[in-house]
Amino acid sequence: MNEIHYFQVKEWPYPVNYGKENEVVADVLIIGGGIAGCHAAINAAKRSAKVIVVEKAATIRSGCGGAGVDHWGSAFSNPCSKITPEEGVEGERMFAGMQMRYMPKHCQYITAKEGYDALLDAEKMGVQFRDVDDEFAGAPFRDEETKIMFAYDYDNKTTIRVRGGANIKPALYNELKRLGVEIYDRVMVTSLLNEGGKPGSRVIGATGVNVRTGEFYIFKAKATIISTAQPLRIWVFSTELAGSYSAHDDPNLAGDGCAMAWRAGAELALMEQTTPTSSAGGFRWPAYGVGHPGDTWYPCTIVDANGKEIPWVDKDGNILKTVEERSRAGSASPIRDLPERIKKGEFALPFYADLPGMPPDERRAIWGLMVGNEGKTREGIYLLYNKAGFDPDKDMLQANIMPPDCYSSVDWFQGWGVGPPQWLETAFGGRAGVVVDWDLKTNLEGLYAAGNQIAGFAGHPGASATGRYAGRKAAAYAKTASEPAIDRKQVEEEKARVYAPIMRNKGMGWKELQAGLCRVMQDYCGPYRNQEALIMGLRWLDSIRENEASIAYARNPHELMRVLECLVRITVGETMMHASLARKASSRELGFNRLDYPEMDPPEWNKFVTISLENGEVKVGELPLNYYLLPPNAPTYEENYKNHCDL
Amino acid sequence: MESKAYLVPNPMTPCQAIVIDPKLCTGCNECVEVCRTDVLVPNPEKGKPPIVLYPDECWFGGCCVGHCPVPGAIRMEYPLNQRVGWKRKETGEYFRIGMKNPPPPNTRPPVG
Repeated sequence: MNEIHYFQVKEWPYPVNYGKENEVVADVLIIGGGIAGCHAAINAAKRSAKVIVVEKAATIRSGCGGAGVDHWGSAFSNPCSKITPEEGVEGERMFAGMQMRYMPKHCQYITAKEGYDALLDAEKMGVQFRDVDDEFAGAPFRDEETKIMFAYDYDNKTTIRVRGGANIKPALYNELKRLGVEIYDRVMVTSLLNEGGKPGSRVIGATGVNVRTGEFYIFKAKATIISTAQPLRIWVFSTELAGSYSAHDDPNLAGDGCAMAWRAGAELALMEQTTPTSSAGGFRWPAYGVGHPGDTWYPCTIVDANGKEIPWVDKDGNILKTVEERSRAGSASPIRDLPERIKKGEFALPFYADLPGMPPDERRAIWGLMVGNEGKTREGIYLLYNKAGFDPDKDMLQANIMPPDCYSSVDWFQGWGVGPPQWLETAFGGRAGVVVDWDLKTNLEGLYAAGNQIAGFAGHPGASATGRYAGRKAAAYAKTASEPAIDRKQVEEEKARVYAPIMRNKGMGWKELQAGLCRVMQDYCGPYRNQEALIMGLRWLDSIRENEASIAYARNPHELMRVLECLVRITVGETMMHASLARKASSRELGFNRLDYPEMDPPEWNKFVTISLENGEVKVGELPLNYYLLPPNAPTYEENYKNHCDL
Repeated sequence: MESKAYLVPNPMTPCQAIVIDPKLCTGCNECVEVCRTDVLVPNPEKGKPPIVLYPDECWFGGCCVGHCPVPGAIRMEYPLNQRVGWKRKETGEYFRIGMKNPPPPNTRPPVG
């Protein structure tokens, strides 16, 4: 009999102490112990700050990048790179040829300058990324002198294959321990604390609740860095559609950082953007666990059901004859009209990844070096499939079967276009979040940000680089900052809010609340929006907060976390609706459609729209697209970096 | 065949996520400590295998398996709707995750 479904109701296995207060004091408080948070902690600690890291899960493995990394992009400062950081930031290559004007490019520049340095840091902590035992000697992607191995573009050499990437997070964790950083795992931060208890004033710490014991934490700090992740499950929630978490999106990602920053008075940008990152959860396949030609599997040979090879082309559509050419031509891909050819019967589904037909080094690089180290794929794909008898020397892994049009992208496992179209998975699309300056400081004194939380940067290089930088800046600020004084009233109000769900043992469970919020977002803040529906959506969210959310129950500290996350998502949904109301124009780049303002990208709207809370009211502002290169900043990336980087 | 039935709720979600072998598990709770979503909680009985409490929140990151000190004591179980197959190029044989009598395991490490 399966214990999952038939065990008796037993007492919660951890000691429960709801409301018990713990006060912790630090120079630098880091909220979120993922890749960005760890690098921030290490760099602040190296500048002799007393550092604490607060993490909702377990720092040893938490964060979107916690399960591993197989390739390190934006490595423009590695000794073999043919592209400079400046070219990288302005060029098309950096983000897959997409026109990206709405980017906080100063954060990209910091990544371009320091991303490779962060990898060298990791190397010192024991993450071996070079081909030290010469397994790939002579391979076309290996530099014989440095033993660095490159991916995707063997000419420009800006993306590095990370040989030991599966264990990068434990290495960072050990370094935190070595440096004496205090780690508070399983603590969900619920709010930032402001000086005088007044939102908009200096940030002087945070409150948190332990998701196992229910204990309360008051963190008092001279400087605070938010390095939490992007919001997720805003539009989609179903635990019945198993497979929801087959990408890198962790079920813990509620947008805690966004919501706490907003409530404390921080300025947010691009919350209106809703570029879907992939198909809805529940319609995906295991990440990198099916045959496909993109990302970690690039440039895999694909054959159809009858063994007929699908040709690859360069960016101009010229057929590429060899496997190696695919990594020389810039943006190569399988023939662009593949969907039409499938419909005409030229290629028969299902497709297969023809690993046995590839040169041995390329085959081993995909099924070994890459799949063996990428996040979530060492245990779940590489070792699990191998144990079931998969052998890349003999076997062709099947690709998932989808409607033909879905094969126009290359990340087939994500199932682009499969599932209901209104189920947008994420709003950030890689770039929304809090607004930061060249110090990675927000508009609030004492509050800095790094990683996914600023530019919505997904991926190790951006998270590591901005983490390092923010750690230095926060440590420097903490040296001159005055002692913070906590406002007791702000703490008491937060305690009352946080513990309300445990006072109820009936009402609404968190899953119903979560699914209901998603319905509001699908209906009122979907792919096509207008003023009337958005205003109605805000009314719905407010009404849910007043009614259903105020009867949501939590029967243990874990459920309490999930209810609090629903409250976070109500706030995040509201910021998305406010931002959507503020942008009175449609935008192709932002995936933003206003039915009442259908004109696409009119020039006067080529700007960031910002929102913040001021005295309880929503304040709308704007920033030029290149605000980071306009006064009071210097006119070039290089000068600004030099003036601010503290190196 | 047992002729008894019980008043029980439906399975909570269409996946098991992880399966623990109680014969091998030492109850060290290492998996509990690395899991990011508290899918597992310690067994109130010391030394007994952890309880898989929230399989519906599993991220399939595999950290619990990777950190387990006893090989085979804990394993990931992909939901049936996430299981894939492959074809042996030479023979055309078709295999899949979850089949009876699978081909012999491939023991080659990811690198080296």
